[in-house]
Amino acid sequence: MSITYVNDDAYYPSNDDHERWSQGEWEMVVGLEVHVELATQTKLFSASPNRFGDEPNTNIDPVTLGLPGALPVLNRQAVELAIRLGLALNCTVQKSTFARKNYFYPDMPKAYQISQYDEPINIDGWLDLPDGFRVGIERGHLEEDTGKSTHVGGAGGRIHGSDYSLIDFNRAGVPLVEIVSRPDIRHPEQAKAYVTELRGILVAVGASDAKMEEGSMRVDANVSVRKPGENFNTRCEIKNVNSVRSLGRAIEYEAQRQIALHEAGEPVVQQTRHWDENDGRTHTLRSKEDADDYRYFLEPDLVVVDPGVDWIDRVRAALPALPAERRAMLADASGQAANSEAIMVVAERKQDEYVMEAAKLGGDAGVALKHVKEAPELAEQVPASSVATLSTMESSGAITASQAKTIVAALIEGAMIEGGITDPKAIAADLGFEAMDNSELESMVDQAIAAQPEAWEKFCAGEGKAMGALVGAVMKASKGQADGKAVTALLNVKKP
Amino acid sequence: MSDMGELHSAVDIASHVRNGEAKAADVVEQHLARIADRDGEINAFNLVLTDAARARAADIDAMVTAGHDPGPLAGVPVALKDNMCTRGIPTTCSSKILADWAPPYDATVVTRLRDAGAIFVGKTNLDEFAMGSSTENSAFGPTRNPLDTTRVPGGSSGGSAAAVAADFAPVSLGSDTGGSIRQPAALCGVVGVKPTYGAVSRLGLIAFGSSLDQIGPFTTNLRDAAVALEAISGHDPGDSTSIQQGPLELAPALERGVEGLRVGRITDLPSGASPDVEERLEVAFEALRAAGAEIIDVAVPAFGYGLTAYYLIAPAEASSNLARFDGVRFGMRTAAPDTNSMYTATRTDGFGAEVKRRIMLGTYALSAGYYDAYYGRAQKVRRLISNDFKAAYAKVDVLLTPASPTVAFEIGDKASDPLAMYLCDTYTIPSNLTGDPGMSVPFGTGEHGLPVGVQVLAPALQDDVMFQAAATLERHMQSDEPQSGEPQSDEPQGTEPRNVSPS
Repeated sequence: MSITYVNDDAYYPSNDDHERWSQGEWEMVVGLEVHVELATQTKLFSASPNRFGDEPNTNIDPVTLGLPGALPVLNRQAVELAIRLGLALNCTVQKSTFARKNYFYPDMPKAYQISQYDEPINIDGWLDLPDGFRVGIERGHLEEDTGKSTHVGGAGGRIHGSDYSLIDFNRAGVPLVEIVSRPDIRHPEQAKAYVTELRGILVAVGASDAKMEEGSMRVDANVSVRKPGENFNTRCEIKNVNSVRSLGRAIEYEAQRQIALHEAGEPVVQQTRHWDENDGRTHTLRSKEDADDYRYFLEPDLVVVDPGVDWIDRVRAALPALPAERRAMLADASGQAANSEAIMVVAERKQDEYVMEAAKLGGDAGVALKHVKEAPELAEQVPASSVATLSTMESSGAITASQAKTIVAALIEGAMIEGGITDPKAIAADLGFEAMDNSELESMVDQAIAAQPEAWEKFCAGEGKAMGALVGAVMKASKGQADGKAVTALLNVKKP
Repeated sequence: MSDMGELHSAVDIASHVRNGEAKAADVVEQHLARIADRDGEINAFNLVLTDAARARAADIDAMVTAGHDPGPLAGVPVALKDNMCTRGIPTTCSSKILADWAPPYDATVVTRLRDAGAIFVGKTNLDEFAMGSSTENSAFGPTRNPLDTTRVPGGSSGGSAAAVAADFAPVSLGSDTGGSIRQPAALCGVVGVKPTYGAVSRLGLIAFGSSLDQIGPFTTNLRDAAVALEAISGHDPGDSTSIQQGPLELAPALERGVEGLRVGRITDLPSGASPDVEERLEVAFEALRAAGAEIIDVAVPAFGYGLTAYYLIAPAEASSNLARFDGVRFGMRTAAPDTNSMYTATRTDGFGAEVKRRIMLGTYALSAGYYDAYYGRAQKVRRLISNDFKAAYAKVDVLLTPASPTVAFEIGDKASDPLAMYLCDTYTIPSNLTGDPGMSVPFGTGEHGLPVGVQVLAPALQDDVMFQAAATLERHMQSDEPQSGEPQSDEPQGTEPRNVSPS
């Protein structure tokens, strides 16, 4: 099966890309399950630190290890963060309970995972993608993470065939929220945009650092295909997707695989499939028949979690501006579309506040946005007032766009010098970027025409190449201070 | 000390040790001597903490000498059921699978008793993981009833009941999931209390059925029970199901009397108690009536369904609670070529037959396709029972029932018949399902001169009212009736309960 999908690397899809993905008569139906580790100080049910990257088996205690007699006590901060992200995803926050999900695995210390099951804390929300497409959120429930197994020897890092396994319980008991979308996604780019936007929201509300590469955000995709309007077909769950880019590739591959099966008249078997980054394919992990019977029942060691209206209202009132809101503000100030590349990139870097600050100080938001997008160091190293001044100089025509770029570089370099060089006007003066008035420029153009009559004739006859010589002469005479566009415009005006 | 004679009750020991009239060291030696003398036969203890108890007694005496008060249980020897975690001291649940395991922490009750000045003399035998009614299901051999060593002490807290009955310690702790304190208390002729669920922290109690388990004391008298329970009760932030209130206040209730107290007689109680037990229950009603209580007939229609609901819910929770004994992180491990075989081998070798039986029952009850018919239905019955008790408690303050259908039975009698054994818990199970308190008060003797316990039940958080009624029964035994030599029927009667079935 050959896959030809050209949009693999697109980061932010335009509206056009969001047209329904289709392959012949087929459409894909995708729902995402995203696990995020909450940025709490301690674990979900014990006082051990919730910290990534520590020496293995140092952040442990009787609860983490599931020792006999140990009891879980719910972490209030985890509930707070779960409420925060639930509200940010427009969910209803409700009274909730915990259940036990029973199964044996060496990195699951109690042989059951404490997880919210039929009464999750967050239900019925939604997430709007930057282009306005709405993805429903079914639930966002609290649960504890497992430990981490490393299988040594054998093939592929799997437990089967390995010589031995190492277990690190530092991660066991780390609080997770599993965010389950509705099967609304119809396009790999929507899936990628969903995860990217979700990550932005989680970081904005401080719920998680949401790093896919560190595993603090893990995405599983439920994929099926159908003919539009028909019932849903059997789905497969794709695991081991470690980046936004892989997510798009994995969904694309899986949809194509299922279409091929359907068209060959073969059944799609409900199963969990493993994405292999190296061969770009999904592989059977386990089928539904092998699935454990988790024997869920209400966790008797915990009580009902009822945050109450007051707590929920307090969390709601304290929510920071979400990425969509910040992009809208930036769009308003700059006159650009909220899902334009510049706004998406700058907002994702959380440098929108810097641009807004420059605008507030009298700068031109659109120009400032452009420079910050191209030179992220500005926001980190240079005062917003400098960018405010610079953007005004550029938008008023006092300096050209290319001069502005040179000044940006100088500002960033200057920021590294003791004391700092922060005044764009001083830099402009140093570089001789003086504004030239029109009469001065016009006389230089006239001189260039007079000096090169052959070139002028050719230019008038429509030979574009000839223009270069004329502009070059003006630039030389002006020592580079002339605005190339203004010179071209003058030449065109003078053309008979 | 010799001029004082031997002190036996916890309250006497503590008061004398606190005011310097007795030495904790002497108290401990007397109890250790009795243990050394008789426990070889009785087997109440899995472990006797001889050296630790002596050292602790010396510390208590030093505290008193230095003018400090060691607390309300100063110098009182206490025996702990061996399913309560003791830091650095083996805690086995009488199971091979934990035979060599020493917890790195103390249970909350252990900390609280120590803070009250108690001295731990040993860890007591139990039915493995508290599953049983005779203390025969122990990996370390059965415990024998001190009153008749051919008989069982009841269970699962049989070691703790026997330890108090044999005067090895004036106070012991047990755990009660379906009657495991009250039934052995009845069979050994001592006081046994299961307080309101959540009144005593479960932190550090190795779980059997988490929604049912509750720790409580065994003592020879109600005053000691009140003091011990006051010491161990009260909110513990380490147990989420712990009630948000201070320690229970019980001692004042002992003096209140029962004038005007409404005592319920359950009209539709499951039949099956032997005649001697039923006779003592009648005497108890009479004693309360004579003391001014009003006896009222009430119906608790769902009472009889408790046993079947319990034998789905408790094993279901147990199947999950005991899954952690997998040989990976602690306890016994039987080597095998791969992880799954290691789990199987370890659990096959480590658990006894009754534990395996309940794990299988519980796993089945929770399985996909069976959940609704078994576990789900049992939870509905549990709510039904709660509702019935609530309705009854709208009319009465306490209820009286037998604690056990029979007096102590002979070792081996029911060991091969799990269902007969399960019926021992008929009268005690409902209060575990509802979370209400219940206690067994020794109330004379039945067949073979063996003790009979009357069970007093009360609504949640009315533990003091329960003690109030129980105190009248205790006073009756102390004053109005001969302690022993009661005429016994010469006619041999079966000790098997008659058919106990839901009414």
